[in-house]
Amino acid sequence: MSLAVEVQNLTKRYEDVTAVDHINFKVKKGEIFGFLGPNGAGKTTTIRILTGLLKPDEGKAFVAGLDVLRNSIEAKQCVGVVPEVSNAYVDLSALENLTLIGKLYGVPALKLRENASKLLKEFGLYEVKDKLVRAFSKGMKQRLLLCMALVNDPEVLFLDEPTSGLDVESARLLREKITQYNREGKTVFLSTHNMEEANQLCNRIAIINHGKIAAVDTPENLRAQSMELQYIEVAFNKPVSTQEFLENPSIVKAVPAGNKVRIYTADPSTVIEFLVEYAKKNGLRILNLNTMMPSLEDVFLKLIKEKEAVIQ
Amino acid sequence: MSSPTEQFKRSFVIAKKNIKIYYSKGPVIIFGLVFPLFLALAYVIGRNIPLREVLPGLIGMTTFFTATSVGPSIVPWETRSKTLERLLCCPVALWTIIVGDMLSSFLFGLLISVIPLMLVLTFNIGLLNFAVLLLGLVIANLCFSALSVLLSAYPPTDIPATSMMLSSLVKFPLVFISGVFIPVEQLPQWGATIASLSPLTYFTDLTRQFILGKGFYPLALDFAMIAIFAAIFTFAAIKLHGKTLAKRLS
Repeated sequence: MSLAVEVQNLTKRYEDVTAVDHINFKVKKGEIFGFLGPNGAGKTTTIRILTGLLKPDEGKAFVAGLDVLRNSIEAKQCVGVVPEVSNAYVDLSALENLTLIGKLYGVPALKLRENASKLLKEFGLYEVKDKLVRAFSKGMKQRLLLCMALVNDPEVLFLDEPTSGLDVESARLLREKITQYNREGKTVFLSTHNMEEANQLCNRIAIINHGKIAAVDTPENLRAQSMELQYIEVAFNKPVSTQEFLENPSIVKAVPAGNKVRIYTADPSTVIEFLVEYAKKNGLRILNLNTMMPSLEDVFLKLIKEKEAVIQ
Repeated sequence: MSSPTEQFKRSFVIAKKNIKIYYSKGPVIIFGLVFPLFLALAYVIGRNIPLREVLPGLIGMTTFFTATSVGPSIVPWETRSKTLERLLCCPVALWTIIVGDMLSSFLFGLLISVIPLMLVLTFNIGLLNFAVLLLGLVIANLCFSALSVLLSAYPPTDIPATSMMLSSLVKFPLVFISGVFIPVEQLPQWGATIASLSPLTYFTDLTRQFILGKGFYPLALDFAMIAIFAAIFTFAAIKLHGKTLAKRLS
């Protein structure tokens, strides 16, 4: 198995706080790997270690097969980074920013001109390439940051909350570009808060909380691990008491949700049979019935809560 | 890609970026142009001293203030705008960035030093080969620019004004103890001892030897001491910035 990123027992402490606590994971080449977690979970610290900005206190990290501590500069040469906070030079133009970064990566002049021009066109910035970044909107700045991360044609892209705070159109464009560059062979390491984004884009997801990895799996497997979170939404022609449903041992929880009742169960088929019987017995009509798989957000919250319970 | 030559090339890329961004910043213009100009005027006007006598101190002061005007502000500015993080994500070593900052400070100093040099050339008042002064000027500019980058290392602030103010606290006393206003030979023993701790003393002494033909130290010692100070400041700047980097990024 060819690996783009490998993390072994990685630990980082800030005084008495352990930001990253002996974490382990592997990212395969060509994957989009999601890194999910609440604020302060250790996502940015992990990315900063992987991109050579911070030194870990323990453990090892490899990017493109290179030790980020021992071969820091060679490892950085293989990556492109979009940081959490926009950090293009606002006193330089878009083209000057791209040229600066390209030169710092040692991209030959001719190739740099080609790459810069291609990227600026692709991200809709060519017309404003000579304007100072100071005048750019947040969406334009974020697109420029992605151009800057791609100008050296990196093997691995590290994206820290790339669509955070963006308008719908810019966020969609960035997601499309991330998918496109991944199809062209780039590995993407994506830190995000956005569950839907992670669900849409990622081949696998790691969930991190309090500096520890809670789970690493595909979005589908993560959902399958939490089958008790699946539910049935049922609407009757008359109001019903949810208390009666709890007498059924297959039902974990029943809560009203508007004119419907949401019934959580690990065994939907038994519950559907029960609901049909219940309707007949009570002279009710079922207006609507849907079986819902747990959302990634449900799984995320469940895993975070479990982890917190273990810590407590 | 990580060879020293390649990294040095990237230092020039960083220096070019600094020139574009920071030379026109207000504090750089105030501390690097306006301030030395008025200090020079205050030094010259009303003193009935021949130009020959005035020039060594004038060259020393101008070079010192201009070469130390860019360096203290770059790192705090880049910390605040998070562009330091951007640079550090690129395949460049910390020393590459520090040398880039030094180079931009050095070039600013060298550029402005041309003005007093023109006076030397115009009035043809040098007694030694002009190359001696030029070489001294280059080494002194390197030394002062290294000092200016060192002064921005601690405290790891992201406020350029704080860094500028703290660097002034070091720069002003240095001017007064370095034989700019009073030649070292006229200082008491304790004054000469303190003066020997300042790199500016050796540069002022060097320009005195070039223009007046007399100095306190041997010419070779002036060159050697400026070079030694340059090496110490560069090494210390890289080490200290390395130590405070994590705090800057947090």
